[in-house]
Amino acid sequence: MIEKTLKGKPAYWIWLAFLGMFMAVGAACYIRQYNIGLGLTGMSRDVSWGLYISQFTFLVGVAAGGVMLVLPYYVHNYKEFGRITILGEFLAIGAIVMCLLFIMADLGQPMRALNVVLHPSPNSMLFYDAIVLNGYLFLNILCGWVILTAEKKQVKPPKWIYFFVYLSIPFAVSIHTVTAMLYCGLPGRHFWLSAIIAPRFLASAFAAGPALILIACLVLKRVANFDAGRKAMNKLITIIIYAALLNMFFVGLEFFVAYYSNMPGHIEALQYMFFGMEHHGVMYNNLVPFMWAFVVLAFGAIALLATPAARKNDFVLGIACLMLFFAFWLDKGVGFVLAGFVPNPLGEIVEYIPTMNEIGITLGVWATGFMVVTLLYKIAIGVEHEVES
Amino acid sequence: MDKQRRKFLKIAGASVVAGIGAPAIIKLTATPALASGHDAAAAGHEAIPAAGHGEQGGHGEAAPQGVRLGMVIDLRKMNDTPGLLDAAIASCIAAHNIPEFPNSKDEIKWIWKAPFSGVFPEHSSRHAAKKITDNPAVALCNHCDEPPCVRACPTQATFRNNANGVVAMDYHRCIGCRFCMAACPYGARSFNWYDPRPYIKKYNKDFPSRMKGVVEKCNFCSERLALGQEPACVESCRGTGAITFGDLNDPNSEVRQVLDKEFSIQRKPSAGTKPSVFYIV
Repeated sequence: MIEKTLKGKPAYWIWLAFLGMFMAVGAACYIRQYNIGLGLTGMSRDVSWGLYISQFTFLVGVAAGGVMLVLPYYVHNYKEFGRITILGEFLAIGAIVMCLLFIMADLGQPMRALNVVLHPSPNSMLFYDAIVLNGYLFLNILCGWVILTAEKKQVKPPKWIYFFVYLSIPFAVSIHTVTAMLYCGLPGRHFWLSAIIAPRFLASAFAAGPALILIACLVLKRVANFDAGRKAMNKLITIIIYAALLNMFFVGLEFFVAYYSNMPGHIEALQYMFFGMEHHGVMYNNLVPFMWAFVVLAFGAIALLATPAARKNDFVLGIACLMLFFAFWLDKGVGFVLAGFVPNPLGEIVEYIPTMNEIGITLGVWATGFMVVTLLYKIAIGVEHEVES
Repeated sequence: MDKQRRKFLKIAGASVVAGIGAPAIIKLTATPALASGHDAAAAGHEAIPAAGHGEQGGHGEAAPQGVRLGMVIDLRKMNDTPGLLDAAIASCIAAHNIPEFPNSKDEIKWIWKAPFSGVFPEHSSRHAAKKITDNPAVALCNHCDEPPCVRACPTQATFRNNANGVVAMDYHRCIGCRFCMAACPYGARSFNWYDPRPYIKKYNKDFPSRMKGVVEKCNFCSERLALGQEPACVESCRGTGAITFGDLNDPNSEVRQVLDKEFSIQRKPSAGTKPSVFYIV
């Protein structure tokens, strides 16, 4: 089936070349970072995780989002998702590839990464994260490939694969739960020390992941003559709206707990994110525009998606999904991780601004993920066209 | 007295080294010398204070077992002598090849000065005494009895040496994920964002320098304890009583005598980490 990636229209090759360019720049930036050190990033003693780990956190959600197609199709026998379930599985593969690359980019000693396996530490949440992420990657490759092969041969998938399909559902939940536990079990970081982090992560994942799949459906409709079907898309929209509303509800709950209890530790990070914080006469408010953009875009997108007239128009629908995806990226891929470090354990405020080299690596990893997803989608759609013709 | 302390330190230090290399040695070295204090030390490497909750009710810690090295910092005495704290910090930097980066974002700190309200956010007062607001406090690794950094580390590159309670680092195993830095409630950990070697002012051949991409922090001078010496900061404060060092589990130790007499506090007790560094304010 891999041969399907080798034939395509000029636009396909231009797109791959475009992604390849970013990958090359990212690779060059990474070589610099590898040789000189993580000092080339904007991270510091106080904000010790930056863009890499926040992208990782967000993309774990995108990967988990694929389950919102797998679950209705396989568990509830929702046939309309038959054509697009494979898109969810393949998107998960691309997203996890990005996650793993971001982790590697963030390590100070990447050559020692296997120490996580050589010296397994069941007390560390990172140990479990490595297990579930790699497990989920494996499950999606296996299920996607076996089911697509069966489709190509126009036979029913083998029965044993369903065991792995069903197994992938709790795995999807687990990857984001364990990722939340990286944060919410740390005693000194009040912003993260909240039992609602895992549900909130899942809610935003189940909105952002399907939103990206919907965008992919709209793009594929135009460029690859692949129609997901209006009914399937409408169901996806419903899922996105509910999940997005849940995420906003959970964010609201954080605000209530912080500001009603009036506990400084709970207020500080939210204050810094949304309103800025004064410290020694200096106003620190780097994240404020991003966080309000998140709120406005999220509610705007939900309103658009919930308006029947708006979502009938493919262009408006695409914009709404893009808005939502971007909004939740701001929420989790920017705000959540960075604000957890403010103020630092000694009450000081240090702000983080990513460097160009760091952004180059970040874009390179994103481009790699999009490349993986593009190639996989090319295969999946090639097979569907072959079967239909 | 001094001779006795020296002997204790040496044994505590030997168990530090042994704890990393060969656990079996501890049983030979640690047991006889400490047997007089408490038999629990005989359990050597296994003597983990059984993280008992509420055995003494409330915030009480479990019955002490084994050696647990700790420190009492008397901020009153520290601030009585101008320059004392600076000397202690300088001796630490010299002893451990701590690089001095021009940019504060790359800083490596093992023991450092910070405002009292930052070191003790849970003990600060809106109307604190002048001696509190005008003088710096000291921050360093607390060598917690229940260290969150050790819990977070995915490779056991940072670990609690059960022979003496020191929270130690294996610089050769650390993968540089910085999970421990996020986990530490005291900001006691630093990361080598660059190769530190060009920034070491005066190289001390007796202690290894680190490489880029690993985390480091105060090690309670394990390498000096092994030679029967006091930690560098303790030594530079000798005679002032500003820092006292010893076995917290030994009721006859100097630290315990100070703690029994004076009112002391620990940093962020609500984090449940059970620090081994105590402060007298």
